Amino acid sequence: MNVSATGTLLLRSQCTHRGTKALPLIIFTCSRLHNTGQAPKQANQTKRASFSPSSSSKHDWIGPADRLSNLRPIIYHIPENETPLERRLRHLRQETEDWNHQFWANQNITFNKKDDYVLTQLQAKGQTERDEKGKPRTLSSEEMAVFYKHFLDKNFKRHADYNREWYKRNFTITLLMARVALIRTWRRLRGGGPAA
Amino acid sequence: MPVLSLRNMYKTPCSRLTGLVGATVNKKLTLSAKAAKCQLSSLSLAQLRTTDSKEWLTFQQLSFLKRQYVVRHSGALGQRPRHKQEPVSAMLEDRGDLLMQQMQQVPTIQPVAGVAVPAPAPGTPVDLSNEPEADREARLEARQWKELKVEYSQLPDIYARLSKIKLTALVATTAAAGFAMAPVPFDPTCFLLATVGTGLCSCTANSINQYFEVPFDSNMNRTKNRPLVRGQISPLHAVSFALACGVPGVALLSLAVNPLTGLLGALNIFLYTSCYTPLKRISISNTWVGAVVGAIPPVMGWTAATGALDAGALLLGGILYSWQFPHFNALSWNLREDYSRGGYRMMSVTHPDLCRRVALRHCLGLIGLSSAAPLTGLTTWTFPLVSLPINLYITYLAFRFYQRADRQSARKLFFCSLWHLPMLLLLALTCKTRRAEPEALPAAATAAAAAAAAAGTTSSLAVQS
Repeated sequence: MNVSATGTLLLRSQCTHRGTKALPLIIFTCSRLHNTGQAPKQANQTKRASFSPSSSSKHDWIGPADRLSNLRPIIYHIPENETPLERRLRHLRQETEDWNHQFWANQNITFNKKDDYVLTQLQAKGQTERDEKGKPRTLSSEEMAVFYKHFLDKNFKRHADYNREWYKRNFTITLLMARVALIRTWRRLRGGGPAA
Repeated sequence: MPVLSLRNMYKTPCSRLTGLVGATVNKKLTLSAKAAKCQLSSLSLAQLRTTDSKEWLTFQQLSFLKRQYVVRHSGALGQRPRHKQEPVSAMLEDRGDLLMQQMQQVPTIQPVAGVAVPAPAPGTPVDLSNEPEADREARLEARQWKELKVEYSQLPDIYARLSKIKLTALVATTAAAGFAMAPVPFDPTCFLLATVGTGLCSCTANSINQYFEVPFDSNMNRTKNRPLVRGQISPLHAVSFALACGVPGVALLSLAVNPLTGLLGALNIFLYTSCYTPLKRISISNTWVGAVVGAIPPVMGWTAATGALDAGALLLGGILYSWQFPHFNALSWNLREDYSRGGYRMMSVTHPDLCRRVALRHCLGLIGLSSAAPLTGLTTWTFPLVSLPINLYITYLAFRFYQRADRQSARKLFFCSLWHLPMLLLLALTCKTRRAEPEALPAAATAAAAAAAAAGTTSSLAVQS
């Protein structure tokens, strides 16, 4: 991850809302920082949501699908008595989300170059972009298959690495969530005290 | 009072940013307004009847402003416009103190949708119409954010979509068909247990599949409304559901039916989640593995009934295996772009010619397998004959798909495959080999004995008379 993306990550982690009144101002400032000076052109400098949930909410919030990566961002709720394990889980989830977002944004941008491919192919055949009726021309399945196969083959190693990494992260997150859930339940059953 | 705390938040500098809070404020006030509605409506009606249009406008404007703010006012909840407006309050005082009191204590009216906001008096900024564009966008965006909280009322629907209930029902039906085709006396309890167990295994497999594929599903149009993608439940919840289906399912099959069926169920879950799902992104051989996954349920039904893997079971499995290809290849044909974007390696994307050839090949294979059914004793010779029309029809559609390679022919083939399979299984069931010979002998013997007894009685009667 480059510096700007790291910066975004840190800002986001800090700006995740807490249950105190003092923070609305900080959230406001953070969000303003997000909004200004971030060009959403490249996948690395992603425009993050400027939404911040109400401070009385005790749950995470999930947003609409991102334009570039089609993944939904999540704002994580930080409870007052967050244990180190819970913090680790939250950081891992946040980091996985950002990593996922970067991969898929890049993937989609690369894939959308197929429009250029269609155009060049049509030009090579001497055809215009739109036919007589004004509908855009499409290539046959065989011709598109060349592009798709090329796209998949070129990115094979990247995809394979991503898959492996995604499975690993997914498992780790789920295991951590299970541990956190078990500890919380145990605490609640035993103490009946400050149930998280 | 919840209303007051909202007011406090609303007054903070960043209040403009929390569009959702604003919406929440409105909502909460609406709820409390409903309680006092009858009071207010009578009051407003009285106002409307006795005032001329100018004063009516003022009243409405006041209520419009009242909608936004509720303040603590000498010990009681009251309302006050955001900016002091001397002409308005002076007019109210003319009306009498009683009116003033009542209006101060009554909660806000919900603005009627469609009522145009009246032109503000000079010096009165109206909240919404002068809103800067960025804030409006922030407000609209805030509306799309949802709290990640499990809605218990929606859980059955969520589980149904997580386990792909329609596909599960189809899988359970094929298992039931396998059970019914087995050449043993029909046992209803075992039948029910086998079907339910297979259904549970299928739920597990589908849930784990969705758990693995969240980012890929997000990027494909067909799958972007799945529960995990939308965040309706957490990944842990999905895995727990899968375990809650899988463990009882496999246990039910192993203990209440027989261990072979349980083993096949567990194997199927493993094949689907750990072989097919990762393979989808590595090589086109995933389709063949997926076809095996689809072929196992009827074999499970058979082994549940007989306890052994016979030739008939394998043939039934073979029919399902061959059927998967026209079904899946036709489906994947129209999803080529989505699959490619998601990074899936499917025949329709990378080897389109092979895709269509394989579909046609396996339709011909279906004809061959149906003809081989009587040889294994699965069905009588009528089965190949009565199934020939539908088998020929699907082969014809596969041939057209092979030739034309367009969306229309792919769709036709896919939809044909959906009714072709149940029809084929039904025909097989009706043509099932009846085990008539062993039963005919004792039946004949008893019939002969009965006839002899009857003859004996009549002859004795004849003798006596």
